[in-house]
Amino acid sequence: MTDPVLSVSGLDVRFATPDGDVHAVKGVSLQVARGETVAIVGESGSGKSQTMMAVMGLLASNGRVAGSARYRDQELVGLPLKRLNTIRGSRITMIFQEPMTSLDPLYRVGRQIAEPLIHHRGLGRRQARARVVELLRLVGIPEPERRVDSYPHELSGGQRQRVMIAMALACEPDVLIADEPTTALDVTIQAQILDLLADLKARLGMAIVFITHDLGIVRRFADRVYVMKSGEVVEEGPVGRLFAAPAHAYTRMLLAAEPTGRKEPPPDTAPVLLEGRNVKVGFRLGGGFLAGPPIEINAVDGVTVRLVRGQTIGIVGESGSGKSTLGRALLRLNHGTGQIRFEHHDISRADRREMRRYRRELQLVFQDPFGSLSPRLTVGQIITEGLLVHEPRLTRADRDRRAVEAMREVGLDPATRNRYPHEFSGGQRQRIAIARAIILKPKVVVLDEPTSALDRSVQKQIVDLLRDLQARHGLSYLFISHDLAVVRALADHILVMKAGRVVEEGPTDAIFDAPRHPYTQALMSAALGHATRPDTAHAAG
Amino acid sequence: MSVSDTTAPVPAAGEGRSLWQDAWRRLRRNKAAVLSALVLAVVILAAVFGPYVVPHAYDTVYSNYVRTPASLEPYPRADAIEPEIRAALRRARVDIASIAVADGVATVEVTSEREIDPRVTRYLERSDLFTNGAVQRLSDDRRSATLTADVQQFHFYLGTDGNGRDMLARILVATRVSLAIGILATAVALVIGVTYGAVAGYFGGKVDDVMMRIVDVLYSLPFIFFVIMLVVFFGRNFVLMFIAVGAIEWLDMARIVRGQTLALKRREFVQAAEALGVENAGILKRHIIPNTLGPVVIYMTLMVPRVIILESFLSFLGLGVQEPLTSLGVLIAEGARNIEGATWLLVYPAITLALVLFALNFLGDGLRDALDPKDR
Amino acid sequence: MLSYILRRFLGAIPTLFVIITASFFMMRAAPGGPFNLDRPLDPTVMANLNRVFHLDEPLFTQYLRYLRNLLAGDFGPSFIYRDFSVGDLFANGLPVSIQLGGGAIALALLVGVTAGVYAALRQNSFADYFVVATASIGTTIPTFVVAPILSLVFGVWLGWLPAGGWGDGAIANKILPIVTLALPQIAVIARLTRGATIEALRSDHVRTARAYGLPARSVVITHTLRASILPVISYLGPAAAALVTGSVVVETIFGIPGIGRFFVQSALNRDYTLVMGTVVVIAIFVVIFNLIVDLLYAWLDPRVRLD
Repeated sequence: MTDPVLSVSGLDVRFATPDGDVHAVKGVSLQVARGETVAIVGESGSGKSQTMMAVMGLLASNGRVAGSARYRDQELVGLPLKRLNTIRGSRITMIFQEPMTSLDPLYRVGRQIAEPLIHHRGLGRRQARARVVELLRLVGIPEPERRVDSYPHELSGGQRQRVMIAMALACEPDVLIADEPTTALDVTIQAQILDLLADLKARLGMAIVFITHDLGIVRRFADRVYVMKSGEVVEEGPVGRLFAAPAHAYTRMLLAAEPTGRKEPPPDTAPVLLEGRNVKVGFRLGGGFLAGPPIEINAVDGVTVRLVRGQTIGIVGESGSGKSTLGRALLRLNHGTGQIRFEHHDISRADRREMRRYRRELQLVFQDPFGSLSPRLTVGQIITEGLLVHEPRLTRADRDRRAVEAMREVGLDPATRNRYPHEFSGGQRQRIAIARAIILKPKVVVLDEPTSALDRSVQKQIVDLLRDLQARHGLSYLFISHDLAVVRALADHILVMKAGRVVEEGPTDAIFDAPRHPYTQALMSAALGHATRPDTAHAAG
Repeated sequence: MSVSDTTAPVPAAGEGRSLWQDAWRRLRRNKAAVLSALVLAVVILAAVFGPYVVPHAYDTVYSNYVRTPASLEPYPRADAIEPEIRAALRRARVDIASIAVADGVATVEVTSEREIDPRVTRYLERSDLFTNGAVQRLSDDRRSATLTADVQQFHFYLGTDGNGRDMLARILVATRVSLAIGILATAVALVIGVTYGAVAGYFGGKVDDVMMRIVDVLYSLPFIFFVIMLVVFFGRNFVLMFIAVGAIEWLDMARIVRGQTLALKRREFVQAAEALGVENAGILKRHIIPNTLGPVVIYMTLMVPRVIILESFLSFLGLGVQEPLTSLGVLIAEGARNIEGATWLLVYPAITLALVLFALNFLGDGLRDALDPKDR
Repeated sequence: MLSYILRRFLGAIPTLFVIITASFFMMRAAPGGPFNLDRPLDPTVMANLNRVFHLDEPLFTQYLRYLRNLLAGDFGPSFIYRDFSVGDLFANGLPVSIQLGGGAIALALLVGVTAGVYAALRQNSFADYFVVATASIGTTIPTFVVAPILSLVFGVWLGWLPAGGWGDGAIANKILPIVTLALPQIAVIARLTRGATIEALRSDHVRTARAYGLPARSVVITHTLRASILPVISYLGPAAAALVTGSVVVETIFGIPGIGRFFVQSALNRDYTLVMGTVVVIAIFVVIFNLIVDLLYAWLDPRVRLD
């Protein structure tokens, strides 16, 4: 490395908290050469973001930095704010994970992009506006002359991230730091943003520091990689070498953490368990006194599903496609219409009381392992709550014994059953939620994005657990997810949903190997890293 | 991961730390909150037991001691005794030769042109200041005598009011009344508000619309009008007073609980319970109510001071507690009227009120920080 | 925008109607009447008075008559202030109350927002603690304690300002009442502003502004101030309605001829028309200020739509 444009050495970050100091970054050193793309990879809590926040002087007020971070010959750590402000936003810029909140909701995007131009380049309002329109065109925003006067809430998530990129490029920086810029976006949008960044880098030649947890992105995008774990860099090297021959055990674990395996479809003789025909779920928007009639929107618009015993149906689609709403409609947890049969019973019109006897056989596991557990109950109480309803005769000791069994089965230490959810990690909480579902010995479990909030390595464990439970108890799963890698490992049949409708359906291998519908094709290529045609990158967003 | 084994012994379970325990720990680390709790405890003890300990009853009138300033020294003052003796003996038709006061005993040498009646001491005893009047020495010609009387000593540590009542006793009783109103009115507001809000929020839809519309209308009724109406209807009654205040304050509580319930209903753990087939009562009992308690507790500590101020305000208008019973608001209103001549009438009740309100506010803030750590 | 305002006023009519009806019948259901309070009147005089004021009619007829008059803009005669109609009383008193209330709102906004932002920018410093503690004092000490103290200190001891009285609206006479009215509002506004500013400073878009090297002044003025004023505006709606309709305490202690005194006096004296008039005026102000708040809010926050 002859001429690093950004060079960090021995960087230390500590946060003072009421429970003592947290040592978030421990002596990290890294270099970024001119025009190079460097990825910093790690799971949540590895300190990868805080390292770059410290470089940019953006740590929370309780954070302290030690060590060195140099931009060319200029030391950034401890630099007075006035001097630092001549570098950040001009020579080094940054885009963030949350495109929804990173822009000020109260001002037009044009004005926000113009701010660094006016401040760093001394442009007048009119000149700045012309340059902003040019930048918006560069990042592929349609109708830039009009969009320049939009407010952030009038743009989609992908467009907002494009606006952020336009702002980052405004002063033609030497280094662009991208902190998980695509994590909050749908896969097809992710791919477009990544293509845009690659394209812009090729044209403008700045260095990019890419902070991510996603190894797929790293492989496609980066020249060199730093792997971080608990605040330290455990391994670094060129992408090719690192993926081919990872030296550190943690890197190997990360690489192996992509879920693997395939699910065999159930035999043709397997009986149908749960069936929904022409399921529709409508929502009303607006309406009310003097406000005109409400608008009716179908979140699920005439979907038919058939789940047989031992089958796992993967329902994939992007946010807003109606996949979660469909899952709930099949369990009669919302006001959907259409015919729904469970075993031999028509449950389409069953009221709450009648549904109760089917509930133990139809279970649900949620995405958010933090929100789906009642914070004021112990884990034991949470797991056994279903028993109170469905087996009211059980004594407290019986319930305790059942809780212990269920916890053993999902790989939790039963001695922790008097603890509260906040004392557990995300993966453990998801195991608790699964234990709550299987303690009732259900036949069908709807899994609503159960792995999306988890780190890859934990995801893999949960996938293994789900597969194990299915084999042992002959469960049928409806697996709702936007994560195609996980779906591919778990499901034997796939429904692809878009805007409330099923656009394509078939056996997993057929869908993955030969997608027919253009939307499925876009989804596959975006998620699995096939090259996308450049024109699709500008079409939507 | 072992296959479940029903014969395996049930292992002992370790203890968990509930959110309440966490909050308690955080609260104890908050110095301002702990101090406030201590102050509050002292004030409550003083309000409950103080009136039995202090030397004067809150409604005893000492007509000799109208508007005496606060002092640690006992009353009467030495220089006040002499004029009092002269005034008392004026009608006794004796000449006073000398007056001496020592150790709480006044000794008076008197002479007279006529014979002195030994019952002359009654004139002294007629004054509130003196007891045990006695003729120590009567000259042979009965023309001169030495009288003694015990000087009755009073302590008015915080002075007396315009009617000669001890301010310390009155402040203690007033604090008791104000706190009682604060706590009871809050309890009334709590019961109405939590029930109303939880029902509206949990059942939602049309029920919620109608119930909240009623709250909106009540909100836009001028609040004083409401109180005055209640006073007009029920008269100036101590118990009704705080029921009335509570009946007004429940509106906020209902809104808070409804908002909480609506938010909780959308939380996944409530949906999870519904998916398990748990009935309404179980969801309310295990999931909704325990999770609304935090904000309710916080709001309660902030409501008590509001109610106290409200009661003070009504008493200031003359609509609240009636004489001789008193409250901090009544005392402050009196003090405000007498501020030019007798500052202690305003200062001490105001300090007491401020102390109570501060302590409650800081305790409430501390509770909020403890129960809702993300707000810090 | 205009149609929105019109719709809002139409939407307020049912609420106003309910308020008027409820207060009318509640007031009438109260024991006693305007003419039988202190010393009993001669029965024939009483009967005459009742006839003159239509109090001998069935209650519902009186109610309809009141509604009809109200629609024509007539609040009726006052029972206690015999020489004035309720309309006259408001015409005289309302401008006074509005001047004081308006002054107090302006003062409270100026001082409260400044103090709140200042404290938030220096969070956990001495200045911050000072503002927070002062705000706590401001919210806990009632007006009827503050008013006599201010009057005593500045009016009597220092003699800088008149201790009371209206003085035909001289500025010096307005200062103490306005300050008294503003103090608790300053405290609340400072607390609200401080909280909102701290939250805004922690928000992602302020982090963006910092990351782009914008100077601290521009970060504060452009990217936090607007957001921190939003909760203050929501709070000010009802508070402002209460302020401009007068304060009993301040008007009593400083001897000011506003309309705040009417409420308590008229209700206790069963001055039916004056009570009703006050209720109506306050309710209308509440409606107007809520509307102003919503318009301001929509103007400051583009995410809010008016419909």
